[in-house]
Amino acid sequence: MRRVLHLVRKELLELRQDPRLFGIVILAPILQLTVLGYAATTDVKDVPMLVVDADRSTESRALLARFQASDNFKIVGTADSTEQIDQWLDRGQAWMALSIPPDYGRRVRAGRPVSLQIIADGTDANSTNVAMGYARALVAGYAQDLLPPQMSTPPVSLELRLWFNPQLESRDFMIPGIFALLLLIVTTTLSAMAIVREKEVGTLEQLNVTPLARWQLIVGKLVPYGFIGIVDVVLVLFVALYWFEVPMRGSILLLFGITLVYLLSTLGLGLFISSISNTQQQAMLTSTFGFLMPMTYLSGFVFPIENMPAWIQPVTYLIPVRYFLVIVRGIFLKGVGLETLWPQVAALLAWGLTVLALAALRSSKRLG
Amino acid sequence: MRTMIAVATKELHQISRDRRTLGILLLFPAFILLIYGYALNFDIKDVRLAIQDRDRSTSSRELVSAFVNSGYFELVGYLDADADLDQLVNTNQARAILVVPARFERDVQTRTPSIVQVIIDADNANTASTVMGYAQAIVAEYSTTVALRASAVSAAAAPVTLEPRIWYNPQLRSTLFLVPGLIAFISMITAVVSTALSVVREKERGTMEQIRMSPIGPLAFVLGKTLPYLTISFISALIILFTARLLFDLPMRGSWPLLCASILLFLVGAQAQGLLISTVATSQQVAFQLAILSSFLPTFILSGFIFPISSMPMAVQAVSHVVPARYFLVALRAIVLKGVGLPAFWEQLVYLGIFSTIALGLAALRLKREWA
Repeated sequence: MRRVLHLVRKELLELRQDPRLFGIVILAPILQLTVLGYAATTDVKDVPMLVVDADRSTESRALLARFQASDNFKIVGTADSTEQIDQWLDRGQAWMALSIPPDYGRRVRAGRPVSLQIIADGTDANSTNVAMGYARALVAGYAQDLLPPQMSTPPVSLELRLWFNPQLESRDFMIPGIFALLLLIVTTTLSAMAIVREKEVGTLEQLNVTPLARWQLIVGKLVPYGFIGIVDVVLVLFVALYWFEVPMRGSILLLFGITLVYLLSTLGLGLFISSISNTQQQAMLTSTFGFLMPMTYLSGFVFPIENMPAWIQPVTYLIPVRYFLVIVRGIFLKGVGLETLWPQVAALLAWGLTVLALAALRSSKRLG
Repeated sequence: MRTMIAVATKELHQISRDRRTLGILLLFPAFILLIYGYALNFDIKDVRLAIQDRDRSTSSRELVSAFVNSGYFELVGYLDADADLDQLVNTNQARAILVVPARFERDVQTRTPSIVQVIIDADNANTASTVMGYAQAIVAEYSTTVALRASAVSAAAAPVTLEPRIWYNPQLRSTLFLVPGLIAFISMITAVVSTALSVVREKERGTMEQIRMSPIGPLAFVLGKTLPYLTISFISALIILFTARLLFDLPMRGSWPLLCASILLFLVGAQAQGLLISTVATSQQVAFQLAILSSFLPTFILSGFIFPISSMPMAVQAVSHVVPARYFLVALRAIVLKGVGLPAFWEQLVYLGIFSTIALGLAALRLKREWA
């Protein structure tokens, strides 16, 4: 135990010598969460829209006023003919063009059906999908108001109950995800360099001749970075709860406890990468391309796992972030506890211990 | 010039001896695209739906089958009237529940307005709003059928309808919008990561002293350090592009030379960012942290790759201007999907140029101080 403490002290001294590292590791996550928390929203607002009003009647202006008043659209320009739509969409100045036919007002007054045309840029398929939904709802509401009163109550209507997130705030969903990813990135990149740096500088030889056992080496490297990780957890949680006011429906202590288990797996992963690399460049490339990228994309952070093809879904079980995301979102948004989350916690713990054992085994070969 | 080639040759030798580095830089990007291209999509289907039918009549079964046959939902089961809905949603067994009220059929037949309930697990707001749209459409359609059946008036068409037309990506395939984003993301990371260690590694190993003693100037040193990686990153970007065209039917509607020029300009910008990090960092560990923190999540979230920039708050939109992928992504989508020429997006390339110049200038300043 004393030996481990010596190693921990050595690591802490090294960290202190490099104040820049400490600053980055503490400040960057807070800064990132603050900016990215605002940016990561799938809500579609202010879709830039071009209007081609060939009618210019009271009725067409009434319709345009509805688009104008909606938060979802922003009329950025008007054009005289549909030929100009090309230019606006090609240059990306407008995402959508609404074209009102010349006889629009006359037809509406006469009660004859009329069709509006919307031309949308499909390059951002997701946003276009959502924006089209808004446009449809807006026009449907407008059409409903034009109906004679006796026909305007539909026989069957829908009552929607949106659980856990009634305002459909995508931020409440995204911020717990960013929390998980930030921790993964900061702690894994830190520990990925831990052992291989000694290898590259040549000091691993010196550690070799000390009576330090391999598990002691791993623990000694783990503890100081664990400290940094815990500081990060506290700060980032603080920003999520008090700056973004993400609802906390479950137990914050439980979340904190499970986060420690998560840190075990992310730090363990870094140490494992460090033990299988010969240079820091290799460690960096292996962790970025081999682990961080697949883990970010396949964890269910933005891309739903249910949407993935059946042969990829099993792969996602190998990703600790997957379990942690279920846990964080469950505790934050649903307020569930261990009785529902224990399978995820068990998986996370098993993952962390396995990867740490692998790291110890691998480093033994190098040390031996 | 000769000294630069000497540095580049040395760097190339080092890379080629390190098989893993070269392999990762050249082949992994395409491999990752391969997996993601299949794995990621936003099209939501097979939403797990549970049904609580409190009426059990012909009408209620009609409505239920409208939901089940829509193709959006996967039926996970029928619930009793006293089923624990909370538990079902909490454990993720169902993401949506349709509740048909008792007396549904009687209400429909007597033309009393009736309300059906759909409960949606909204923790993922994006999925939830899409599911909401599906549910609304199905119920509205069913409602119209009922109204038409009852009134026998055939001309109950809605007075105003919307006729949508989607350009550039008519089927709204999410692959077509994700693949260019992935190309930008992967190229960005490859370029930043490959240069971030270049200078600081020599510093940490102590070989920087030797280089400074030699007749190599800072400019030759930097070019010699980055050109090999620029070449590797460029080849890697081309491999990704061909993979995307081959496997995911990514169209190519614009000009190849223009595309290659844009990629090169973007890679130079990304490498300049990596180089700047390398000159600022005190150790490789710091450089790695800075490289990943400045490129990974920002490119993912702030570039307009997935989250539309126009929906972000103004302050965050301003911050997104320091993310070079933002400009490249507009240019890439414009060339590949829209097939437009330089007049449509030249500003983006100018911004990229400005970004590269500033980053390179700062890196050069740092390095000059080091040399003096």
